Amino acid sequence: MKSIIKGLLGVSVLAMAGGVASAATLEDVKSRGMLKCGVSQGLPGFSNPDSGGNWSGLDVDLCKGIAAAIFGDASKVEYVPLSAKERFTALQSGEVDLLSRNTTWTMSRDTQLGLYFSVVNYYDGQGFMVRNDMGITSALQLSGAAICTNTGTTTELNVADYFRANNMDYELVAFEKADEVVAAYDAGRCDVYTTDQSGIYAQRLKLTNPDDHKVLPEVISKEPLGPAVRQGDDVWANIVKWTHFAMLQAEESGVTQANVDEMKGSEDPTIKRLLGSEGEFGTPLGLSNDWAYQIIKAVGNYGETFARNVGPDTELKIARGQNALWTNGGLQYAPPIR
Amino acid sequence: MAVTTAGGESAPKVALLNDPKIRAWIVQIVLLVALVWLAWVGIQNMFDNLRAANISSGFGFLSRNAGFAISQSLIEYEQGTSTYGRVFIVGLLNTLLVAVVGIVIATILGFVVGIARLSNNWVIARLATVYVETLRNIPLLLQIFVWYFAVLRFLPDRRDSLSLGFLGQLNISGWYAPKPIYTDGIYVVLAALLIAIVGIVILARWARKRQEATGERFPVFRTAVAAIILLPLIGYFIGGMPLSFEYPTQGNFGPRGGARVYPEFIGLLLALSTYTGAFIAEIVRAGILGVNKGQTEASYALGLRPGHTLRLVIVPQALRIIIPPLTSQYLNLTKNSSLAVAIAYPDLVSVFAGTALNQTGQAVEILLMTMLTYLTLSLLISAFMNWYNAKMALVER
Repeated sequence: MKSIIKGLLGVSVLAMAGGVASAATLEDVKSRGMLKCGVSQGLPGFSNPDSGGNWSGLDVDLCKGIAAAIFGDASKVEYVPLSAKERFTALQSGEVDLLSRNTTWTMSRDTQLGLYFSVVNYYDGQGFMVRNDMGITSALQLSGAAICTNTGTTTELNVADYFRANNMDYELVAFEKADEVVAAYDAGRCDVYTTDQSGIYAQRLKLTNPDDHKVLPEVISKEPLGPAVRQGDDVWANIVKWTHFAMLQAEESGVTQANVDEMKGSEDPTIKRLLGSEGEFGTPLGLSNDWAYQIIKAVGNYGETFARNVGPDTELKIARGQNALWTNGGLQYAPPIR
Repeated sequence: MAVTTAGGESAPKVALLNDPKIRAWIVQIVLLVALVWLAWVGIQNMFDNLRAANISSGFGFLSRNAGFAISQSLIEYEQGTSTYGRVFIVGLLNTLLVAVVGIVIATILGFVVGIARLSNNWVIARLATVYVETLRNIPLLLQIFVWYFAVLRFLPDRRDSLSLGFLGQLNISGWYAPKPIYTDGIYVVLAALLIAIVGIVILARWARKRQEATGERFPVFRTAVAAIILLPLIGYFIGGMPLSFEYPTQGNFGPRGGARVYPEFIGLLLALSTYTGAFIAEIVRAGILGVNKGQTEASYALGLRPGHTLRLVIVPQALRIIIPPLTSQYLNLTKNSSLAVAIAYPDLVSVFAGTALNQTGQAVEILLMTMLTYLTLSLLISAFMNWYNAKMALVER
């Protein structure tokens, strides 16, 4: 019901307001003094509120980084929790400035929904979780299984493709909110829980006995997760894109949250350009020239936020894998700042 | 221009604009034009904005294939080859199913509890009060969660099904009922059933007329039961035993096959019918209390037993009070069924205004269709209840 209301809100906004997607998101954000960031309703490691209502996670750090770049203050973010189903309408109708909500970049979303994806802040793939005592070792043994998942995601389509391709049947039990998916799986309604692998590791923590469940080795899809903005506002899209790149470049150049002040005096021209002591890179974006310094000061480089939110020392224990820098054989690569 | 009244006398001449009739018409027309224009501009503006924001629009998506699965479907649905149009039908049928069954159960429950609240038996009356006051004062969404997860907790594990003998198996994934498999001979059985029903109706009319005329009674109920069992049974043998049952078999993950009743359906149905039942109980109680006590006393004085008094004297009069608010409850139940989305029951809102909306991104079209569908459903229910209300109205002889 809530989503219908949100949808309607979107519809009426689209009907009434002329040009919500106008090219002035940065101006709007500045005059509001707040960045409105669409996040998940609670996914540990990516966007999750603690008991005090403070959000943390990899996706949240991107919001904080953008706020720091604009205001020099990472706390100027208003987090708008959105279900998978509500998220695109919320962005289209201008309810949020940016969607940083473990959202898969697909062609139809990029071309038919009026959205614009530009960077991937987490390379993921869809996986399956089952109970240990079922003796399942491969996803190919899942014919006839009941599968719990979220509605309104690419997950539903991937499962459909995978089972069809392998001539297997299954029963889909799709809930709107992730918490109900976990509760139903935990209660034994389903044999399998499926979503992006990062999500599986995160949701496993919510189960009664996380150690009784395992993640199957198969990864059945490409899930490039990244922030999305509305089409037609290139300046704003650039700010989002380059916030991510600045965090990558910082990691590549060894600039961390702890040493960023010290690094300001570095003689390395790459670092000088990144931190704004040489050249003009922030002002053309409509930001101050030390935009990247503010980002790193606030949330650290990409490697740091990865380690802090999802890395091996966190409960999620996710290895860098494909999300390592290109210099370490991963896929994370930032174009040069020059 | 002269305006003549019915009497033929010529009225005082007035300017066209000052004629109240014509002026009223002009005002109406101007208002209508303004409304249509406003709606047109709104819709036009919406589509312009959609186009400007690069969001696809139109209804072409209805014939595109939907690549996702739906657990419960009353019609054939194949992921990947069935269209979004079919997703709409599947969702609509699931909504109708839970609404119709829910209305039936809620009505029965409501009448039983409503009457129980007026019972002279202290325990029964108190229990009914507790039921009504508890259920109608807790938000429905919470009740749906409670029922659903209670159903889940109550049922055995998927691979540890409870055998119900010839009724199939029961576990956390629902009831695996035997699935009827029939051959062409089934039409003989159906025809026999139809004959039985028509026969009973005719018999009941004849019996009532005869009783009114002569006072002689005919055991209609017993005859009806016998006919409705025996005739189809005879048809069954004549048709060459066309009906058999497919029982669920054991698969890797619990039973497979058979006819499925999903726990999502059970949970939602229980929640909707007990919740609405509580409201109906109050309506029934109000209806009965609205019938003058003198009617009961007169009925007792005539020597009718309490059961007969209730059935023949009180309820027919109470129904006239009950039906209009009952209609609202039926509408509420139907609309509340959209809360199904919370517990994975694939109703219209869940699969069409949910999954399909998200996969196609066409929020405007899909929400419009969904709203129009609910509007149509509600109007149909209203129309039916109004007809029934008119039929039940006091007939003065």
